[in-house]
Amino acid sequence: MNKIDWRRAINYFLLKDFLKGFKLGIKYFFRPKATLNYPYEKGPISSRFRGEHALRCYPNGEERCIACKLCEAICPAQAITIDAGPREADGSRRTTRYDIDMTKCIYCGFCQEACPVDAIVEGPNFEYATETREELFYNKEKLMENGRKWEKLIAENIKLDKSFR
Amino acid sequence: MDFSHGFGLILLITGQCLLITIAVLLSLAFLMFADRKIWAAVQMRKGPNVVGVFGLLQSFADFLKYIFKEIIIPAGSDKVVFLLAPLITFVLSLIAWSVIPFNNGWVLTDINVGILFIFAVAGLEVYGVIMGGWASNSKYPFLGSLRSAAQMISYEVSIGFIIIGILISTGSLNLSKIVLAQDGSYGIFSWYWLPHFPMVILFFISALAETNRPPFDLPEAEAELVAGFQVEYSSTPFLLFMIGELMTVVLMCALISILFFGGWLSPIPLLPDGIFWLVAKILLLFFMFSMVKAIVPRFRYDQLMRLGWKVFLPMSLTWVVIVATLAQFGISGYVRW
Repeated sequence: MNKIDWRRAINYFLLKDFLKGFKLGIKYFFRPKATLNYPYEKGPISSRFRGEHALRCYPNGEERCIACKLCEAICPAQAITIDAGPREADGSRRTTRYDIDMTKCIYCGFCQEACPVDAIVEGPNFEYATETREELFYNKEKLMENGRKWEKLIAENIKLDKSFR
Repeated sequence: MDFSHGFGLILLITGQCLLITIAVLLSLAFLMFADRKIWAAVQMRKGPNVVGVFGLLQSFADFLKYIFKEIIIPAGSDKVVFLLAPLITFVLSLIAWSVIPFNNGWVLTDINVGILFIFAVAGLEVYGVIMGGWASNSKYPFLGSLRSAAQMISYEVSIGFIIIGILISTGSLNLSKIVLAQDGSYGIFSWYWLPHFPMVILFFISALAETNRPPFDLPEAEAELVAGFQVEYSSTPFLLFMIGELMTVVLMCALISILFFGGWLSPIPLLPDGIFWLVAKILLLFFMFSMVKAIVPRFRYDQLMRLGWKVFLPMSLTWVVIVATLAQFGISGYVRW
C-alpha cells in the first residue's frame, strides 16, 4: 500500500490551491486592462508597415510610375498586371493599366523595394475590408486615389526610413 | 367559489408567474453580462463594452442575434426529440423558481416539499441534456450527453445527502421554514453555514458539477467534444439551452443562499430583513461561480468521478450521521424544531 502524503491530503481538503488561485484571480481582477479598444483606439504602427498599396505622384502632379514593370516581375504572388504604352498628351511611356489583385497579394513589400522611382508603395492603411471580392481587384485609378489620400503619411514614412535605404 | 372569484384567482396566479418569469429572465440577461465581465476582468480584458452603456445591453443584442438565426436540424436527427430537449431544459429550470421564497411569504407555491420539488426538477434536467445529445445523431453530442448524465447523477447524490443534513436540523422540507429556522439573534452566525460548515463548500462544488459549470464542464469540453451535447444546436434551441443552464446556475445560487445563508434574512440583527438580502447573497455567490470559472482548470473525467464518489459521497454521508447524532442529543444549532 502506498504511503499517504498527509501534507498533500491536507492541502487538498483545505482547498489550498483553489484559495491561492482565487487570490491571484482577484489580484488580476483589479489590474488595469490590457485591452485595446480597437475601433476607437489603435496600436502604434511602424513606419515600415506594409499595408494597402498606393501609386504616388510627384509634387507637381506628374505620376511617378514609368511602367518599367519591375514590380510585376518580382511579385511572387503574381498579383500585379501592367500594360504600358505612350501617353496621348506627350508620348511618354506610362502605364495604361495597373491592376493589383489584393486577394492574391501577400504583402511582402517586394514591389516597393523593386520600384526605382518610389511609385508603388505599401501604405500604413490596413482597414480596407470590403463587402465583395470584386472590390479588392484594385485598378490604376483606385491606386492613384490611394496615393493622393495617403501621400502625406507615406512621404513621412519614406523620409524616416531614408538612412536605411 | 363563484366564477368571478375563481377567475380573479387564476388572473392573480398568472400575474405572479409572469412577474417571476420576467424578473428572472431580465436579471439573467444582466447576470450573463456580469459573468462575461468578471471572466474578462480576471484575464485583464475589458469584456463586452460596446452595446449600450458599458455594454449593458450585450445580452439583449445576443438574444436578438440568436432569435434571427436559422434553426439547423441535422438530417439524421430525431426532429421532435431534438427540439423538445432545449425546451425541457429551459422549462424545468424555470419551473424550479416557483418554490423559491424571495421574502417572508413571497413565494408562488408554498408547498411543504419545496426542497424535494427542486431536487426532483433538477434531477429531471438531465433529460434535456441526454435527449439533446441522443437526438442529434452525432458522436460528439452523444458522448457529451453521456458524460453529462453520469456527472449530474453522481453529484446529485452528494447534494441529496447535504440537503438531508439541513432537513434534520430544520425538521421541514418547506424552503420558507428552512429560512425561518435560521432566524436567530446572532444574525449571520445563526445561519446554517456555521453548523454545517464543510457542507457549504461541498454543496457549492457539487452545484458547479450539477450545472456543468467550469471546472466541471466536461460535457462541453471544447478541446475534446467541441461543445458536447450542444454541437448540433443553433439559433433559438441553443439559446434555450444557454438560458436554461444559466438559470440553473442562478437557481443553485439561490438555493445555497436559502439553505446555508439565511435567504432573505439580514446578516446583522439590527437591519431589516428583505428581498434585497437574498438578491445580494445570490449576486455574491454568482460572483464566486464566475470567479471559479475564470481561475480553475477543467477536471479530467476520472478526477471528476473520483471527487464525486470517493470524496464527496463519503463526506456528505458521514455528515448526515454526525448531524443526526448531534440533533439526537439536542445540541443547539443542529436541531431547531
